[in-house]
Amino acid sequence: MTPIERHKQLDRIWNSGTGFQRLSAVNHPVVGRRFMAPALVFFVIGGLLAMLIRTQLASSESPFMEPGTYAQIFTMHGSIMMFLFAIPFFEGLAMYLLPKMLGARDMAFPRLSAYGYWCYVMGGSILIAALVLGVAPDAGWFMYTPLSSSTYSPGINADVWLLGVTFVEISALSAAVEMLVSILLLRAGGMSLDRMPIFAWYMLVVAGMMLVGFPPLILGSILLEAERAFDLPFFDPTRGGDPLLWQHLFWLFGHPEVYIIFLPAAGVLSTLIPVFSSTRLVGYRAIVAAIVAMGFLSFGLWVHHMFATGIPHLSLSFFSIASALVALPTAIQIFSWLATMATGRPRFSVPMLHVGGFFFIFVCGGLTGVMLAMVPFDLQAHDTHFVVAHLHYVLVGGFVFPMTAAAYYWLPHITGRQPVQHLSHAAFWTIFVGFNLTFLGMHLTGLLGMPRRSWAYQDPMWEVLNFVSSMGGFVTTIGYALLAMDLLMLVKFGRPFRRDPWKSGGLEWAMPTPPATYAFGAIPHLDARGDSLSPAELGPKLAAGEGYLATPRGELETLGVDPLSGKPSQVVILPHPSYLPLMTALATGGVFLSLLFKVYPMAIVSTVAVVTLFLFWTRGRQKPQMLDAGMGLTLPNHRAHPAPPSLWAMRFVVAADATAFASLLFGAGFLCISAPDWPPAIWPGPGWLTLLPAIPALVVLLAPKGIVPVIMQTAALAGFALVLARTQGMTEHAAAASLSAVAIYGGLHAALGILFAGYSHWRRGPDDVSISALWQRYAGIVAVTASGFPFILRLLATGVS
Amino acid sequence: MLLAGCEGDLSTLAPAGPVAQGMANLWWAMFWGALAIFLFMMALFLLLMFRPDMGRNTPAYRWIIWGGLVFPVPVLLLVTGVALWQGERALGGTAPDRIEAEAQMWFWRFSYPGTGMPDSIDVMHMPAGRDVEIVVTSPDVIHSFWIPRLGGKIDAIPGHANTIVLHADEPGEFGGVCAEYCGIGHIDMSFTAVAHADWPAEAQ
Repeated sequence: MTPIERHKQLDRIWNSGTGFQRLSAVNHPVVGRRFMAPALVFFVIGGLLAMLIRTQLASSESPFMEPGTYAQIFTMHGSIMMFLFAIPFFEGLAMYLLPKMLGARDMAFPRLSAYGYWCYVMGGSILIAALVLGVAPDAGWFMYTPLSSSTYSPGINADVWLLGVTFVEISALSAAVEMLVSILLLRAGGMSLDRMPIFAWYMLVVAGMMLVGFPPLILGSILLEAERAFDLPFFDPTRGGDPLLWQHLFWLFGHPEVYIIFLPAAGVLSTLIPVFSSTRLVGYRAIVAAIVAMGFLSFGLWVHHMFATGIPHLSLSFFSIASALVALPTAIQIFSWLATMATGRPRFSVPMLHVGGFFFIFVCGGLTGVMLAMVPFDLQAHDTHFVVAHLHYVLVGGFVFPMTAAAYYWLPHITGRQPVQHLSHAAFWTIFVGFNLTFLGMHLTGLLGMPRRSWAYQDPMWEVLNFVSSMGGFVTTIGYALLAMDLLMLVKFGRPFRRDPWKSGGLEWAMPTPPATYAFGAIPHLDARGDSLSPAELGPKLAAGEGYLATPRGELETLGVDPLSGKPSQVVILPHPSYLPLMTALATGGVFLSLLFKVYPMAIVSTVAVVTLFLFWTRGRQKPQMLDAGMGLTLPNHRAHPAPPSLWAMRFVVAADATAFASLLFGAGFLCISAPDWPPAIWPGPGWLTLLPAIPALVVLLAPKGIVPVIMQTAALAGFALVLARTQGMTEHAAAASLSAVAIYGGLHAALGILFAGYSHWRRGPDDVSISALWQRYAGIVAVTASGFPFILRLLATGVS
Repeated sequence: MLLAGCEGDLSTLAPAGPVAQGMANLWWAMFWGALAIFLFMMALFLLLMFRPDMGRNTPAYRWIIWGGLVFPVPVLLLVTGVALWQGERALGGTAPDRIEAEAQMWFWRFSYPGTGMPDSIDVMHMPAGRDVEIVVTSPDVIHSFWIPRLGGKIDAIPGHANTIVLHADEPGEFGGVCAEYCGIGHIDMSFTAVAHADWPAEAQ
């Protein structure tokens, strides 16, 4: 077969279609680009809001917005930049790049990517629609309650945030599961973990952090929405709730979030700096150790956002030290990059210019970060413009500058055209000067006492500094306009090139650009680290079919490997384009809109529709069989393999779910210890009755397969329903509300258990059975814990008081 | 102009009590240290960018060990140690003189139990020259009590009573604000702290 014939046949199999058929596209280059495009639109919207803020604050006489409007603007600026720009943008970049860097033809769950994309766009649209209609969230991007409670924010504004952001977070969680499975399983043959390109290591850690970072926020949002909509007083101090619980749940997500945003950008730097130094990355293993350490550390320092909440100094000290320690893994990365430059021969180019911008701004932001980790200084700087300046130095320096470098570096990959450099330098310097003009002086504004989120002020010294910041802001905007024009010119007028324009060693350049839909004509076998290859030689060989799965068979095939060793182990067959992701996302949107407008029967109908549609996703699967994988190997397809991608996905879903459950139990325990009015006068739980669901759950733990779990999960569900019905006074005290939430949590898991058990019993594929059994065991543990928890809580409540 | 600018009524850089003085000293020490580190890092980057041969003889592991551990660890130990010691002095402790500060949307009510002084709105009277404990509460949303020239912030959280100990060296007036966003009247919650030589204060 000639390379041209192979290309034609593979393209016919992998093509996403044209016109309206594009709505059914699930292929990673399409979906990856789709994530990035609206993220850039949201970046522009967020930037325009920033301009409104800077106009408002330019002088003491320039305020043109009412305080209420101003509150919507600053809340939306933060929410958009965090949730609608930064996260989706790197998700899109990772989706586009990861398979190509790892030697796979697609991500593990293409339809899930597409579903996540639609959820993101719809959730984002709800937020923007609210902004246009003037009912946008207005309690600040971290939505502190009671200000965001129904008493002090009676309108729809806060609901828009809680539901819209949660809707968007579905895409973050599905992307996390998808990236974890794809990185671990779908790689080139021979690419062991320690041969992965460093970017994949970064994304592996990031995806793991997202998996456990987002559930506390999602759980917190559900609890707060339940308080707003159904009056369950989780955060109301007059009824046994505590506003501090929201802060803990929010920052338990919120601080890892900062590293979730920074690490992908650091991964870009670790990829680009060696290329532009004409060498390999120095300290690969040290960097891997550093980012894993960073991932763990980042979950131990959320309280440094809460130094002024009255927590004892001894506890604060722990978080202060942990926050300072984060400087170490960061320093290890920075010095590995410097060492890379020292061992190589750095060459000057536009991406490297932005890397320089990163160095300047991020080091500055890191240093002020260490200052803010110090409790006494933070008590002065907290909630002032000093913090605003710090977070912009960290996020713009640590994310936007590296991502701009990434855009210059990989846009040629997407478009097949090399940059024409006319505006690049002017754009960089305008942004760089404008940014520092905006934010450098703002540190002083904060030290002179200007609280953040002020819509007006009088102090003459603040006026000088704010005027400079506003001018700097407009310069920055001009810079970004120049950058946009420069990138557009690259797309429009760039020179076409052959392969590997940057002389990189990455697998993603071992293909024609713009890339074909199937990425690789044949899947390579590697015997060197994934960033030290010669794409110019490898590319033609792969196109000629030297590798695995080179003979098209009509299905979308890619190679599955052993996660550690990279030894080929299965042929993963991916789904064809499908409208199901769009339809399921529309039904999911129906759930969120019904909740937003409080049409609860409609929410139930939509939920049933979502579940039904998801069941349709399983139609038309392959039969388990052995396949010729090329290179003399015969491998099982994924349905015949004991550990297919779907089982791995379920493992990660369980991990995320367990984090949410742990957050719920932590929340109830926290209220018991910290909130006023505990224990309630009459204990709301129904005594020994709460143990009822544990009995069928224990049976499920012993016999998780076959028809048994169908019956036993039904019994557990009935048990939880009974417990819920007997729990008195949900709206009167947070204890009853918490116990009800735990029972509902257990009941939902039992209900899903019935669904999975029934499905696997009926369909009876070996993978269905093992996936269902995993869920049954987990749901059994949840049920036993949920049954015993009321006793523990009661003990805690009466023991403490 | 820079120094004059530091003298503002809400400036953390114009401390008027020992707690704020300590915090300002910590800031200036960290500022000069950070500036030195920053200049060193920039010099290193530019040097390697334009004269990469300078670093060629240093083996890679030495870069990472020295830059990633040997250089930052003592710096972090020093700054964290000083901050912990100072934080323990600033945050620990109580004082016999108590003032109750209740934050509401959008004003402050101060009361002075045991002094016979009447409650005051948006003006906090306090004795000069000695420690005073302020109990901060809120009946509605979260606010934050802050007199920058005297010391750090403490949040007013419904359901909790937080305390902070402040000390004004000399009699005088100091600006105070609400630092936590609390709704559209957030910036209207400024107040004045008046430190009196005599206590309980007679002239109000």
